[in-house]
Amino acid sequence: MNIPRLWREIRQRYQGIGVECEPCGRVYFPPREVCPHCRRGSIGNLNEYELGGKGKVVTYTQVHEPMEDYKMMVPYIMVIVEMDEDVRMTGQLVDVEYEDVEPGMEVEVTIRRLGEESPSGIIYYGYKFRPTR
Amino acid sequence: MRDVAIIGIGETKIGELWNQSLRELGIHAGLGAIRDAGVTGEEIEKMYIGNMSAGRLINQEHIAPMIADYAGLDDVPAVRIESGGASGGMALAQGYMAVASGIHDVVVVGGAEKMTDVGDEEAKKILSSTADWEWESTFGATFDSLYAMMARYHMRKHGTTKEQLGMVSVKNHSNGALNPNAQFQRAFPLKVVLGAPPVAEPLGMFDCAPLSDGAAACVLVSEDIAESYNGEPVRILGLGMGGDHMAVHDRRDIDAMKATRHAARNAYDMAGLEPKDIDFAEVHDNYTISEIMAIEDLGFFSKGDGGPATERGDTSLNSKISINTSGGLKAKGQPVGAVGINQAVEAVIQLREDAGDRQVEDPLYGLTHNVGGTGASAVVHILERWS
Ligand SMILES: [Zn+2]
Repeated sequence: MNIPRLWREIRQRYQGIGVECEPCGRVYFPPREVCPHCRRGSIGNLNEYELGGKGKVVTYTQVHEPMEDYKMMVPYIMVIVEMDEDVRMTGQLVDVEYEDVEPGMEVEVTIRRLGEESPSGIIYYGYKFRPTR
Repeated sequence: MRDVAIIGIGETKIGELWNQSLRELGIHAGLGAIRDAGVTGEEIEKMYIGNMSAGRLINQEHIAPMIADYAGLDDVPAVRIESGGASGGMALAQGYMAVASGIHDVVVVGGAEKMTDVGDEEAKKILSSTADWEWESTFGATFDSLYAMMARYHMRKHGTTKEQLGMVSVKNHSNGALNPNAQFQRAFPLKVVLGAPPVAEPLGMFDCAPLSDGAAACVLVSEDIAESYNGEPVRILGLGMGGDHMAVHDRRDIDAMKATRHAARNAYDMAGLEPKDIDFAEVHDNYTISEIMAIEDLGFFSKGDGGPATERGDTSLNSKISINTSGGLKAKGQPVGAVGINQAVEAVIQLREDAGDRQVEDPLYGLTHNVGGTGASAVVHILERWS
């Protein structure tokens, strides 16, 4: 990932900043410019919203065949999490054995190293999930 | 709007074709279709070529004019169509609309992909970019893993079993064994399928279609002139497209694909048919779970019955409905941007009753179903025997 792109996304990656649609109250992460429900009515009415960082596992998998940048992490667990704000996110689940993962499991966001673009490239960080303590 | 016929088909063998370039693959498929149809180069007014990612796979963009040029058709306006894995089906749809609208009388549609010039992990990365790169893949979600999470959800909600997933693979390999253009022409027992190494659990190696090289093409003409050429025509009776959120996590019911459901409803409405009228279907089985969801979302079986239906043998050749007689993406292979055209080629072969050992008995209607990404785009065509 190049530097401008990293900066563009950094607040979302580190702080979980999404938006809340004023007309319908739905929360979106990552932020959207238009609410798919309210459409025109939402334009200009989406306000910054900081997620609480807690949610529950909807579904999960353990990856054995990675893309290049994730080779060192294999096998690793991926989850789709439904956050308390009723918005879903995809991320890795860490600090737990695969056998112990199940849908409904309570998890929270933690900031970890995600990878590096190339051997000489920058290391970038972002959110992963871990079981709620 | 007027009716449209496919009057010529061509395709390359699918596989790891290290000695053939994308250019050559495209030309072979295109010339095959033109020869089969019996049209001349001068008659061709437009070309649409489905392709996912030539820019990253072979460092060549703008491939449509390149293929047209080397096929000796440098005068023909040629356009590349990209919709991830649905690029081929979307190219067919563009060709259909161009002829149905009356703008063109003779159009060539094709699809071509060269997946194996880059390494496996790079190819996986490029395919994963048809999901949401910024908000799925960047966090480690491979394309496989997103389908794996859909599989897990479907299994938990409906009781679909790993064995039923495996049976999709067994069936498609047994069909592929009867297709001379298939990448894998060999049947495998369930025990071997279930014993394969895991890719993204619960999906193993035999749950995932290969990443392949290949190309396919069809010649489309308006119905009124369809009989004036050599190739036996097949009618395109229905077309539907659908869309959905780009990322799996932005969808609610991930045991179904909304894009497929919308595309199917539109295609059935246009054709004036119902799912029970369809004799055979080529569905987008990039993963075994994809076929199970597809046969439900296309209305052949109720939601949750896709696994049991497969286990009952209802989707085997010449059973209730023959699914993926070609071997599907799993066994015929997955040249990503060509898949939708490969499916149309199989449908034409079946409706012409040229399928040999894998022939569906007396077919009248065939359906093709092509998905982009993890389901953010889908396209369905319904084809009818000419007479
Ligand atoms: Zn809204």
